[in-house]
Amino acid sequence: MSDERQIDELSGVETTGHEWDGIKELNNPLPRWWLWIFYATIAFSIGYMVWFPAIPLLNGNTPGLSGETNRGKLQEELAAVAQQRDGMYAKLEAASLDEIRQDPDMLRFAVAGGESLFKVNCSQCHGSGAQGGPGYPNLNDDDWIWGGELEIILDTIAHGVRAEEDDDTRFGEMPAFGRDEFLDGAQINQVAEFVLKLSGQPHDSAAADQGQTIFEDECSACHGNDGQGDPVAGAPALNDALWLYGGSKADIVAQVNLPKHGVMPAWEPRLGSLAVKQLAVYVHGLGGGQ
Amino acid sequence: MKSGFLTLVIAALAVLALGAVARSSDPLLVQQAVLVGAVLVLALVFAVRGTAKEMSNDTLAKSGWQGVAKKNTPLWVNEKYSDTVVRYGVVATAFWGVVGLLVGVVVALQLAWPQFNIEPWLNFGRLRPLHTSAVIFAFGGNALIMSSFYVVQRTTGARLFGGILPWFVFWGYQFFIVLAATGYILGITQGREYAEPEWYVDLWITIVWVAYLLVFLGTLFKRKEPHIYVANWFYLAFIVTVAMLHVVNNLAVPVSFVGIKSYSAFAGVQDALVQWWYGHNAVGFFLTAGFLGMMYYFVPKQANRPVYSYRLSIIHFWALIFLYIWAGPHHLHYTALPDWAQTLGMVFSIMLWMPSWGGMINGLMTLSGAWHKLRTDPILRMFVLSIAFYGMSTFEGPVMSIKSVNSLSHYTDWTIGHVHSGALGWVGMISFGVIYFLTPRLWNRSRLYSMRLVNWHLWLATIGIVIYAAVMWVAGITQGLMWREYDPQGFLVNSFIDTVSALHPEYVMRMVGGLLYLLGGLLMAFNVFMTIRGGAWDQQEDGGSTQQTDASAAPVAGAGAGNAAIA
Repeated sequence: MSDERQIDELSGVETTGHEWDGIKELNNPLPRWWLWIFYATIAFSIGYMVWFPAIPLLNGNTPGLSGETNRGKLQEELAAVAQQRDGMYAKLEAASLDEIRQDPDMLRFAVAGGESLFKVNCSQCHGSGAQGGPGYPNLNDDDWIWGGELEIILDTIAHGVRAEEDDDTRFGEMPAFGRDEFLDGAQINQVAEFVLKLSGQPHDSAAADQGQTIFEDECSACHGNDGQGDPVAGAPALNDALWLYGGSKADIVAQVNLPKHGVMPAWEPRLGSLAVKQLAVYVHGLGGGQ
Repeated sequence: MKSGFLTLVIAALAVLALGAVARSSDPLLVQQAVLVGAVLVLALVFAVRGTAKEMSNDTLAKSGWQGVAKKNTPLWVNEKYSDTVVRYGVVATAFWGVVGLLVGVVVALQLAWPQFNIEPWLNFGRLRPLHTSAVIFAFGGNALIMSSFYVVQRTTGARLFGGILPWFVFWGYQFFIVLAATGYILGITQGREYAEPEWYVDLWITIVWVAYLLVFLGTLFKRKEPHIYVANWFYLAFIVTVAMLHVVNNLAVPVSFVGIKSYSAFAGVQDALVQWWYGHNAVGFFLTAGFLGMMYYFVPKQANRPVYSYRLSIIHFWALIFLYIWAGPHHLHYTALPDWAQTLGMVFSIMLWMPSWGGMINGLMTLSGAWHKLRTDPILRMFVLSIAFYGMSTFEGPVMSIKSVNSLSHYTDWTIGHVHSGALGWVGMISFGVIYFLTPRLWNRSRLYSMRLVNWHLWLATIGIVIYAAVMWVAGITQGLMWREYDPQGFLVNSFIDTVSALHPEYVMRMVGGLLYLLGGLLMAFNVFMTIRGGAWDQQEDGGSTQQTDASAAPVAGAGAGNAAIA
């Protein structure tokens, strides 16, 4: 430990004379470029604080010469979009669903708006491509549980399915044939075999024949004699390859035994009638609309 | 004796854990107490075995059986400094480093393929804080504590203050880590980022941290040098500020003293601001100031050159300390935070650019006259790379704090990439360098087991970071652009899930980058383990790795000539 200032031979710079565990310090000045950039950032900051809201006061803060605020900027942007869409929204509001379908401009706008709304509000259950999933209907096909006409789709979206908060909601429930002992295990097995036959899958013909009688007694009132389904009751078609809760034997038995009943919220109170209109046009146009 | 003390501490903690089980009606607390109790029983077994071994060594030495006694002479006998706690720290740092990186790779895997979420204990929501706490607090914290214990003794010429207090700090800190980690897995959390542990863990770490401050300050008071070395300013700033941040951010009211749940003293935007005041300064004082302390000792030592500029160290230290504490609001741009506070956060972040770079300049320019050593010394190369990543991250940070940039980058993976270029590049690399520097010195080995493995580690880590940072830039900008994409009618084009599926390739690549970095960490753990065991694997190709002082160095002519006194 020496407190003498020394000259470092390699750099020719003086040391500070301190030493710790063999470490010395050179007495180099602050690099000029470093200092000037530091000053420049300070100058920029002062300018920025003059231009934008910056200093808190007892009530509020200095507004800054620009007068710009986050909220103000957002309001401006929202107002600009609203103004741009204003005419179109008014037209959509006034038009009937048929008129929207006939007018290419309105149709294009409604589909674009509906798609955007769908991505934010619907894709969580129905999938971002509206492809659905187990328990959530695929909206691209022509297999409609509650009906595929434009007006019907609008009504379903507006009031939801089994939505407790809405009196006009779509409602239909299949009895729990197994749990409530309307059918015993053997009968459920037979009726499941018949449903397999209806949908064109491999099945046990003897059991299916017995199942047909049960089906006609217990199921056909809603699902129809040929399993074609009934949109009024919300009874899905059973004679195709499209399944909401799965089409295997086990899935069918489970559903007959203790059915699952999906729900969808009523969207009109949440999004408003204009949004529901756009959503209906979008969903109808996905490919399966009737 | 030290192991005896350790045994006592562990036994006391075990009794406490059992007490909690007995008294509590909170099922989560009971589960945690059982888990922690199991860990403590394991620790107790090891501690008792250690004590027994120590005693038998003493007996052997006294009996005069020279051969074995000599071989087993404990390292701490006749040591000038208290280094055993530093040795434990080196091992703990390497261990937690590997654990933290491993959990990081697992969460990266879960982000790429959500099927790897294992409910409920090992899902992303619980493993993510485990990863961040393991790397920041377990790995980074142990690296800081052990290196500060080493550096403060060397630069003051004094042994650590406080008798067994340093041991309390070490074991108390490990206990904090176990408490926090078991809590995360069980779902015990305050939900505050980087401050997830609940109130009782917060209280415990406060006690440990005050003990740490006492050890550090006490050692500084005992110093035999007239001046306090710059590394210690940074360490002290880190210890003091982290204490303040921790206490304020965790102000909370527990629902019950025998339950886990508490409620924060803050609410709404004030809560958010306090959280990010804490969160950003965890980066500023834990991961920057503390590690700059490390740099100021180990880089000049390894390069065997004087620090570039004393004046720069003073100015950039005070500028950094003063400016950093205001920068937190830049995490809350375009939120309910008032405009003036956002402006404040942004301009202080911009002014922070040069003070941060002061550390980089002082680190890199310290190598002037010693650049040739990079050719042969992978440890020095590691230090230089870490400083380079430090410079890059501390430039990127101010850029991202600019509001218009932030409106694109905020909430995206760009932020994740930024954090990791700082954490993997700066914090990780410098800690690895310090571990490689310390291991042979602390265990009296002439050299590391293998310098080639160090080189492998260096390149695996570097490639890993570059992949990680690059794909996260791409991912972040893609994400930001997709979120703000509108169609001609002014409708949003993408749903959130569209952006998630678009990023799948980047997420897979991120995991690959992390995996390379983890591999490097494993090589290090192996190298440290083998060095402690003794022996060497490869030929020593370089002269720069393990010399204790410049006296034994044989560098290129002139480099080691040192300083000539002014007449």
